Amino acid sequence: MVSKTTEDLSHLFASGHSACAGCGQSLSVRLVLRAAGRNIITTNSTGCLEVFSSNYPRSAWQVPWIHSLFENAASVAAGVEAALRATGRIDQIRVIGQGGDGGTGDIGFGALSGMWERGHDILFICYDNENYANTGVQRSGLTPYGSSTTTSPAGKVSWGNPRPKKNLPEIALAHGLPYVATTSVGYPFDLDKKVKKALSIRGPKYLQIFANCPLGWRHDTAFTISISKLVVETGLYPLLEWENGQLISARKIGKKKSVDEYLRLQGRFSHLFGPGGDKEIAKIQAIADANIAKYGLMSKSATGVEPPDETVEAARASVTAPPSSPTKPAVRTFTLGELAAYNGRNGQPAYVAYKGKVYDVTSSSLWEDGEHQLEHKAGRDLTEDMNNAPHSDDTLDRVAMVGVLKN
Amino acid sequence: MTKKLLEGSQGIAEAVALCRPQVIAAYPITPQTHIPQELADMVANGKLKAEWVNVESEHSAASVVLGASATGVRVFTASSSQGILLMNEVLFNIAGMRLPVVLVCVNRAISAPLNIWNDQQDSISQRDTGVIQLYAEDNQEAADLVYQAYRIAEDHRVQLPVMVCLDGYVLSHAWETVDIPSQAQVDSFLPPFKPLYKLDPENPLSFGMYMEPDKYLETRYMIQHTMEQSIGIIQDVAHDFEKIFGRPATAIIEEYQTHDATTILVGMGSMVSLFKEEVDQLRSQGQKVGVLKLVCYRPFPKEELYQSLKRAKHVVVIEKATSLGFGGPVASELRSVFYGCPHQPAISGFIAGLGGRDITAETVKTALNKAHRHPVDTEYLDLRTDLELEGISNPAGQHKK
Repeated sequence: MVSKTTEDLSHLFASGHSACAGCGQSLSVRLVLRAAGRNIITTNSTGCLEVFSSNYPRSAWQVPWIHSLFENAASVAAGVEAALRATGRIDQIRVIGQGGDGGTGDIGFGALSGMWERGHDILFICYDNENYANTGVQRSGLTPYGSSTTTSPAGKVSWGNPRPKKNLPEIALAHGLPYVATTSVGYPFDLDKKVKKALSIRGPKYLQIFANCPLGWRHDTAFTISISKLVVETGLYPLLEWENGQLISARKIGKKKSVDEYLRLQGRFSHLFGPGGDKEIAKIQAIADANIAKYGLMSKSATGVEPPDETVEAARASVTAPPSSPTKPAVRTFTLGELAAYNGRNGQPAYVAYKGKVYDVTSSSLWEDGEHQLEHKAGRDLTEDMNNAPHSDDTLDRVAMVGVLKN
Repeated sequence: MTKKLLEGSQGIAEAVALCRPQVIAAYPITPQTHIPQELADMVANGKLKAEWVNVESEHSAASVVLGASATGVRVFTASSSQGILLMNEVLFNIAGMRLPVVLVCVNRAISAPLNIWNDQQDSISQRDTGVIQLYAEDNQEAADLVYQAYRIAEDHRVQLPVMVCLDGYVLSHAWETVDIPSQAQVDSFLPPFKPLYKLDPENPLSFGMYMEPDKYLETRYMIQHTMEQSIGIIQDVAHDFEKIFGRPATAIIEEYQTHDATTILVGMGSMVSLFKEEVDQLRSQGQKVGVLKLVCYRPFPKEELYQSLKRAKHVVVIEKATSLGFGGPVASELRSVFYGCPHQPAISGFIAGLGGRDITAETVKTALNKAHRHPVDTEYLDLRTDLELEGISNPAGQHKK
């Protein structure tokens, strides 16, 4: 019997399922369940996820899970939620609805809109792989411009999908949802944080996760993470977060990448690199640039100027540093022994050292009781740990430096 | 037990409320609307403690009750016509997941052309879904079938959805005196819902899984097997009903004047009342005519039908539904019951009353006369002769075989 404190929740979505190598959806689900924990009931629309995770009698789901049809994951979730409400368990159990982009934004959209409008206490997650992957890579309403799918094939008189991606997060916002966010499987901590945040809020929530489909996108399975980072670094898929209709965070782009770099890794865009394709790539670059301008995605260090939308930064600061947290202390020098006292437990602040600098992670939602991912502990020098981290050290840009480590 | 003068829909709503459903979801469609309205009113006034979910479609109404039932609570939904058709996919799914959902179909015609009046094409079109279907003759029976529907559906040997069908307007909007039992009576007949399995973090189960050819066939066989077994269970539930409520319950078939009948009329729903009146009259003229009311259309009670009809010379089926391109569903299924059996009554099939056309005493007499002359495969009754039907020169002279 594994005790609660040491239990590894990574396996709430068990291995042994039949997802393709490099599948961004299966990675996302694993991260979602790890963040959500056991006390949930999940619903699922028809699609890859249902097929690869529930081949009777083997189920990858270590949490209660129901798949009904393609278009009703949101209304089945509404029924689950109503039953929990009727039996007085709505405060104990969270409900998560799940679908691919087709099940969420196309065939299931009526049910989803109804669920949102009625205000059910449900987090709906769209694993957005930008096509109908399960049926053989057909175009969906969330397929991006220029993508060649089996029903929007590139050809002599076609550049692939002729329409821009449906903006589902903003449609969600129009329903007055208290929480809407986008993330990408390339940013597991961002994903983790957003699932936890969403589940801490009552009412209807929407999270859209960029989740690669190496088979449908025709990319090397080793590129799942790099592509799911590049899509963010180009501005094509901004990582955004709205609370009560206000944009509270927009992940900054450190060094802007050209869409070219993102597109050329994927077979679905390979036709754009032939004669005349540069004009199409320019259109996609324009989509990325428009996102960067709209959401203020360029960070100060990269552009040499302040981000265009100050309110976004300010709002973000208010989230990462709640009013109750102490004001930024003056830079001081710590010995390893002194640092050890700041272990985040019993009300102590949580400090960590990295490459000689000491950072305050007390108010980070990724650190709870001085622990990060049940593995890394505050009060220590984590320079070595960072080498093995699935994120880069720019994650520390988001927390305050409070001192330096004495050699 | 109190007698109340109620509209059919109100009687259904009162019965549903006495069954204490915890989640109700419904979408407006004529002529079903009065049932959800009544229930919404009860919830709004605290008379009924249930979660009321105002869904955006019938597809979602069925999906909400599916999700709630899987979470372990008693549920209710109702619809008509296009709404039942929109639920079709979900009804298959509910049956496939073996969830004891109870729903009411207020029978109405199907588009196009749009027609809001009564026939039974909507529920008949759902015959292959795995939903148990019960048809009411009058509003008392409609209400009584609701209590029984929950008992049948929730019986762990059944675990299938049950749909109670009543004719739109003819019953749903007709005022009749209905016996409404006390809550204590209903509680003793219908214990609290004890789900066989449910969605619960304490014991995480997977519902609605993916299944390959090596096992799927067995799931269908199991539903078929349950359907066959459920006839006995439905009869047991009816006996229990009689004991507790003190009035007869007919949940499979009802025989009226069939003991010595050489001709037996077969029908479902409100038209049976007319058959009974007609039989009374014909009997007073010395004709040995009887009526078989088919309450339970799915499962189709083959043995009961065979035993009740086998001594008749003529069986005359009148139905408010048709399988376009073939004929009347009840007549054709009845013929297959007698296939290869020693007794072979002549089974005639008539389609009548589609889209709310009145079925009259004259309709019944015409059917009997035609059937007595020679067996009729499929014939539409009461076709108008004053309408020009494009491409048809002589509608009255229909093909016999």
